[in-house]
Amino acid sequence: MALLHTVNKSPYQCTSLQSCLQHVRAGDTLLLIEDGVYAVLKGGKAAEALSAANGVKVAALSADLKARGIGAEKMIDGIEVVDYGGFVDLVEQTDKTQAWL
Amino acid sequence: MAYEVNGKTVEHDEEGYITNLSEWSKELAEVIAKAENIDMTEEHWEVVNFLREYYDEYQIAPAIRVLVKAMKKKFGPEKGNNKYLYELFPYGPAKQACKIAGLPKPTGCV
Amino acid sequence: MSDVKKFLYVNRKAPHGTIYAWESLEVVLIGAAFEQDVALAFVDDGVFQLVKGWDTGELGVKNFQPSFTALGDYDVQKVYVEREALEERGLTEGDLIEMTYEDEDDDWAEKSSIRIVSREEMAAIMADSDVILSF
Repeated sequence: MALLHTVNKSPYQCTSLQSCLQHVRAGDTLLLIEDGVYAVLKGGKAAEALSAANGVKVAALSADLKARGIGAEKMIDGIEVVDYGGFVDLVEQTDKTQAWL
Repeated sequence: MAYEVNGKTVEHDEEGYITNLSEWSKELAEVIAKAENIDMTEEHWEVVNFLREYYDEYQIAPAIRVLVKAMKKKFGPEKGNNKYLYELFPYGPAKQACKIAGLPKPTGCV
Repeated sequence: MSDVKKFLYVNRKAPHGTIYAWESLEVVLIGAAFEQDVALAFVDDGVFQLVKGWDTGELGVKNFQPSFTALGDYDVQKVYVEREALEERGLTEGDLIEMTYEDEDDDWAEKSSIRIVSREEMAAIMADSDVILSF
């Protein structure tokens, strides 16, 4: 049963990402939205934790990245950037969604 | 509440500021000015256009003090002063000129 | 003028996830009319407010980043950004927007308002202000 996990809080202000990473399993997808997208910043502490998640697909919502000035050059490798349509596809592809609010 | 311009209606709030900034036009500015008892001259337009440029750049309508300072920088002290601006817009240059320029009420303006 | 107080606006939240950043900016703009000694501090996620290159079109919210650059017109000349907060987030001063003011005492020369300070210096800045407004 593959899960889609969404994280919408900044990893620097809230433990949502941390808790999420403690519960994801191989084959799951983690989608970062809203302030959650700050986790992808290269050189940031949160990115280290994110990179350590093995076998998990990590995606981030493009509208939220753009609004925060996070271009491709600021992101760690291995993040799939998706638009709102891609968000819907991810929901469709997984069995259920766990939102780490 | 709405203004009428060329048969079209443009919504405004209870103080006369238009609700959708993109609906502004020069013709609408003339209509709002009329409602404010102002005859638009070249000097009025100078201030209104200046405010629109300021908003375009900074996404805020400047406070009167900032408007005076910025006008002074661009047009010199004979236009960048309170007296000149109040003569053009007797009910407050920032407030009245912003309304005509189709901008929101300046932040901090009561 | 002995009645001038040192105001410090402390910003700790990222720009779009909550309304705090915009509210703080509005209060700064309003407060500027009172001609006090105003300084801004950016710590924790507050530093994200100054990361340049916002494009909020797809989010459908107003891009208020340009308004930060108007603060020089409002006589805000001191913008303190905490170095440790930047480093933890993988950011440097080069990632931030430019904020300037014109120095009255130096023939209106344009100078940068942004000062990168250490956590220890930030603590001293807080201790040294008369009024702290937290967002």
